[in-house]
Amino acid sequence: MDLSPLILSLKLGAVTTLILLVIGLPLAWGLSGRRSLFKLIIEAIVTMPLVLPPSVLGFYLLVAFSPEQGFGKWLHKVFDLQLVFSFKGLVLASAIYSLPFMVSPVKSAFQQLPVSLAQASYTLGKTRWQTFWHVLLPNIKPTLITAAVLTFAHTLGEFGVVLMIGGNIPGVTRVASIAVYNSVEQMEYATANVYSFCLLAITFIMVLGVFIYNKYQVKGPLD
Amino acid sequence: MIRVDIKKQIGRLEFSLNKTFGDGITLISGPSGAGKTTLLKMIAGLIKPDEGIIAFNNLPWFDSRVRINVQPQYRKIGFVFQDYALFPNMSVRQHLEYATTDIAWIERLLKLGRLENFATQRPHQLSGGQQQRLAILRALAIKPQLILMDEPFSALDQKTKTTLIAELQIIFKELKVPILIVSHNPQDIAGIYDDEMAIE
Repeated sequence: MDLSPLILSLKLGAVTTLILLVIGLPLAWGLSGRRSLFKLIIEAIVTMPLVLPPSVLGFYLLVAFSPEQGFGKWLHKVFDLQLVFSFKGLVLASAIYSLPFMVSPVKSAFQQLPVSLAQASYTLGKTRWQTFWHVLLPNIKPTLITAAVLTFAHTLGEFGVVLMIGGNIPGVTRVASIAVYNSVEQMEYATANVYSFCLLAITFIMVLGVFIYNKYQVKGPLD
Repeated sequence: MIRVDIKKQIGRLEFSLNKTFGDGITLISGPSGAGKTTLLKMIAGLIKPDEGIIAFNNLPWFDSRVRINVQPQYRKIGFVFQDYALFPNMSVRQHLEYATTDIAWIERLLKLGRLENFATQRPHQLSGGQQQRLAILRALAIKPQLILMDEPFSALDQKTKTTLIAELQIIFKELKVPILIVSHNPQDIAGIYDDEMAIE
């Protein structure tokens, strides 16, 4: 049996989660502060993938990064970068599609921290960055881990957006969710079952692990 | 000496104050919602006044006319927050190490707050009184040039309060800095303050 779709899915999930940790944390922190029209617009854009049909998002990404026109043509010409039907394209689409799974919970966690925590740090002479790194981030660790796991699991389960921008190229863009669809189309139910069960098992174990971790993180004052 | 001449709209109320605080201990009292905490936070640079001047030893920290607003990081103020604002991820010792690298000073503070035996404990493992003492010690850790305390003794029992205040007085005399204490209960610090101001 070909394991490459599963390996590709895990690789895509790991890379996407890593990218979203780097981009999503500062973005969530920025959005958690005082509200403005600009922030509301950014928040709406970040949330769009939650409500948009994946095929619609995939279609627009396909159009935007097509090497035949516009921005995609420019990327291809200047940087020799082709995102459509490539793993890089899958990563970009996944990062956009999973962005709200990272940003929304982390933003809420930042908002729930008492404002006096950051203020206390500032009065101790610490910069915003030091405060973020030493005070705010460690105190949202359970949410951060939950968000990272949900992002990873969500990326494993992507189908529409990945199919639109990546196609179905074995070893390059055929991730496990597409391999399931492919196997069913070819009436290979046993293969489809193996891929499906692996995805089910991986995501279940991850989500269960997070729930167990969070249960032991939340301690009462007398613990 | 701190000169405060500021205005700030707080909801529907306009808070205004023109007062010069001396170098000793000043008790600030007043009813809830009068703006006592807001005043301390404006002096600390955590809340920006709408207009006016805040000057420390004639150095402007805030001046709306010439758009000066010194960030809280550079005011070197020891601030004791009403909700303590302790960092849940840090132990008692880590709180002090976050504020200063002076190990001898940290040891002295731990002794002052009688928290030597709790140095590795995190805030949720401390009693209310111990948390409040830690909040005071952390504020002192930076060797501040001004101390602002928002209800600093409210969670302490009478015996602990009396002992801590006596020990704090020694530190205060050593640091020789102005201290503003907001308190609902002036009896807490009866006999130790030099000046009193009521906010209506």
